[in-house]
Amino acid sequence: MVRLVVNDLEIEAEDGISVLEACLNNGIYIPNLCFINGMSSPPVSCRMCFVEIEGEARPVSSCAVKATDGMKVRTDTEQVRGLQRTAFQLLMSVHDVDCGRCPANKRCPLQRIAVFLKVPLRPGRLEKHLKNPDVDNVHPLIDYYPNRCMLCGKCIFVCREKHGQPRMTFAKRGFETVISFYGEKDLSGPACKECLACIDICPVRAIVTKDQAVE
Amino acid sequence: MNPANRPEMTQRFEAIYNEAVARKKALNESSQPMIYIGMATCGLAAGALETRQSFEQTLLEEDLAAIIRPVGCIGHCYAEPVVIIDHPSSGFPPLFYQQVTPGKAKMLVKSFLAGGDPLFEHVLGAMKANDMVPQVTDFPRFSQEERIVMGKCGLIDPEDIYDYIAEGGYLSLIKALTLSQDEIIKEIKNSGLRGRGGAGFLTGRKWGLAKDAQGLKKFVICNADEGDPGAYMDRTILESNPHQVLEGMAICAYAVGATEAIAYVRSEYPIAVKRVVTAISQAEELGLFGEGAQGFFDIKFSVFKGSGAFVCGEETALIQSLEGNRGMPRHRPPYPVQKGLNGHPTVINNVKTLASVPAIINKGAQWYRDIGARQSPGTAIFSVVGSVVHPGLVEIPMGVTLETLIFDICGGIPNKKGFKAVQIGGPSGGCLPADFLATPIDFDSLSGAGAMMGSGGMVVMDEDTCMVNVARYFVDFTQKESCGKCTFCRIGTRHLLDILDRITKGEGREGDLEQLESLALAIKAGSLCGLGKTAPNPILTSLRYFRDEYEAHIMEKRCPAGMCRKLTAYYIDLDRCARGCDACVGSCPVEAIFTTKNRKKGIDQSLCVKCGECMAACPQQYDAVRKVSPPDKAPVIERPVEE
Ligand SMILES: Cc1cc2nc3c(=O)[nH]c(=O)nc-3n(C[C@H](O)[C@H](O)[C@H](O)COP(=O)(O)O)c2cc1C
Repeated sequence: MVRLVVNDLEIEAEDGISVLEACLNNGIYIPNLCFINGMSSPPVSCRMCFVEIEGEARPVSSCAVKATDGMKVRTDTEQVRGLQRTAFQLLMSVHDVDCGRCPANKRCPLQRIAVFLKVPLRPGRLEKHLKNPDVDNVHPLIDYYPNRCMLCGKCIFVCREKHGQPRMTFAKRGFETVISFYGEKDLSGPACKECLACIDICPVRAIVTKDQAVE
Repeated sequence: MNPANRPEMTQRFEAIYNEAVARKKALNESSQPMIYIGMATCGLAAGALETRQSFEQTLLEEDLAAIIRPVGCIGHCYAEPVVIIDHPSSGFPPLFYQQVTPGKAKMLVKSFLAGGDPLFEHVLGAMKANDMVPQVTDFPRFSQEERIVMGKCGLIDPEDIYDYIAEGGYLSLIKALTLSQDEIIKEIKNSGLRGRGGAGFLTGRKWGLAKDAQGLKKFVICNADEGDPGAYMDRTILESNPHQVLEGMAICAYAVGATEAIAYVRSEYPIAVKRVVTAISQAEELGLFGEGAQGFFDIKFSVFKGSGAFVCGEETALIQSLEGNRGMPRHRPPYPVQKGLNGHPTVINNVKTLASVPAIINKGAQWYRDIGARQSPGTAIFSVVGSVVHPGLVEIPMGVTLETLIFDICGGIPNKKGFKAVQIGGPSGGCLPADFLATPIDFDSLSGAGAMMGSGGMVVMDEDTCMVNVARYFVDFTQKESCGKCTFCRIGTRHLLDILDRITKGEGREGDLEQLESLALAIKAGSLCGLGKTAPNPILTSLRYFRDEYEAHIMEKRCPAGMCRKLTAYYIDLDRCARGCDACVGSCPVEAIFTTKNRKKGIDQSLCVKCGECMAACPQQYDAVRKVSPPDKAPVIERPVEE
């Protein structure tokens, strides 16, 4: 066990876990989207879980730093909140805010973060960009909604865990990046049918079975 | 390497060295003239292949013998195709010829090789001291350069290992193999060598960390991904002298205990790839290195062709790419020296960093430290492009000022235009205005000014360049090259581009600049890798130094440089336009030019695409085409109603 101080509160954490996990385990919420408990090398890609750690010049991603004894952490500084709000607004600028018709409604981490950070679901001054078409239905069992997806990559992670070689990947570059499935032939096979782990893990229901597209 | 074998190793190398020297001597002593032709990508693009054919054919026709030696690039792009003719029996020193077209090649054979007249009007200078022809080193372009990395580029045949060895090549490797790993690392540390891939990390320190890292296997990787627009230093070095880079890699591998060395070269560089592959097999054939006991040094070399993504130059993405994954950077730490390729400790160095190593081992750390600037020893290589008289590759000691580089060495701005800004460090760098011309070129001074050394791209811009447009260009580049992994870079750069797009189209709004600034700072602070962290630099520096230009676009819908098409208009000054002249009419691609009632010309603004062709076509004595911004400043000239 290590003991660290978060927002002036002393907490205990298991050896070797990240600052993010340590905080979450102790009921201190840090907005995060791409981290899965127990990940050994997290993607550090959603850029939400910033904290300030004494001795570090700039905010750091708490999922990428191991909790150590005596560490002094702040999760709520102005800089941290500034980065989180900007990251969130950026995500919302490409998100189809249609909560009423979205199967993730009420259990969506984006809704939770909006409330937590006290920011609206609209992207403010940023221009809205939605992808067209708004659904990719090439997979025989699964539909993918790029305008819900925030590219956390959890689906690819679980797919790799289950099957060794993942059946899905990030495709295209830059702003156009989406999740895409490999070769249709493999996909209709039993492996996908019996697994569907990607659907269970998707926090925003961007990946759904064809019949649960709208709940 | 077993130390007991060292005397044997030295002996074996001596035999190879003697062979190389003998070959060179035989060449020099053959009474035939030697024709060196620059055949790197730049030379080939300028027509070196045709030049070579013309030499060969004319020699045949004239029944003359000469030895044609394909060499790499000497860095003088403005002078391509470059040819050096060494014709000892003529009594002249080796002469440097510029822009040798096939026709010129023919003349040179007939006049010089056959007739003894070297055609002085085409000579740039002599390559050696003499009392007949001025030496190239009399020109600042040559005299102010200091060549450590590029010393042999353009002078030796990159596909002949003996050429390199005869010039002292691989001696440093042999020397290094007689030292201990720690001695080499100490020497590199003492030299103060900093990585030339952009960040300027201390190379000795990196090697030390890699040596101390635990691992069953270790790797050395040469980073030749070189993706900055307008930069081609690394390509030229690999094409012109690949052995020097391999020698640096081998020394590094020995020093850190690596057993594999990989050159990561983008596949858009086919000539570089081919020459590195050739170089590796030649060195292995001579037994300089190779797997198993055959070589002096047990190491496996290979070349990996990258698919040309800019982000794959970032070291963690490069490793992903080598592992067969999508080139996406990952969080550091762990750094590649701790956990690199397939989890093994890995040194990644830039081409220029590695190519600096042999000279340091050969001449010592102190010698290197005495060159360049205190905190940035050694030389800097830039590909200077844009509005300069003599574009090309320049290797200068660190500490030379921007002014010396741009105006003395590269000849200043052509066409009597004024200097406006210099963009250093590519899409990650910044734009510096004239106030900064006195800045010395070294890692710390450049980053202090808001630019960065980067890997050596330098674009010089004249007064006709719109800084908003330049920022837009670079952000467009990084936006397209972003890997898409992290939120700030993937989405944030797109919004930067949106705003810049609007501004250059005259649709800028109040508050845009503040938003640009705050978004840019957030992207810098929030991005995962160097690409996102530096992508806003062109915006931030141009906002700092050219804010008035942004404001003119937004508030007055005016582009001060007259570059943004939506904000400019061309018109014809009727007082200057010559009656009956129609030079401009044919140049217009969209038939926007009409004839007025009194037989002068006018431009139909609704059709004009603002290409500027009419301005170029208008005869100089009239000079009647004008460009204005904002566009509504163009006087309205009515098109006569057709009858
Ligand atoms: C977006 C991006 C692109 C890069 N491209 C290159 C490149 O083309 N060549 C290179 O040597 N280093 C490049 N780097 C820097 C490398 O990550 C790494 O720092 C460098 O290869 C280390 O070599 P050095 O220590 O010799 O400089 C790039 C970095 C970033 C963030």
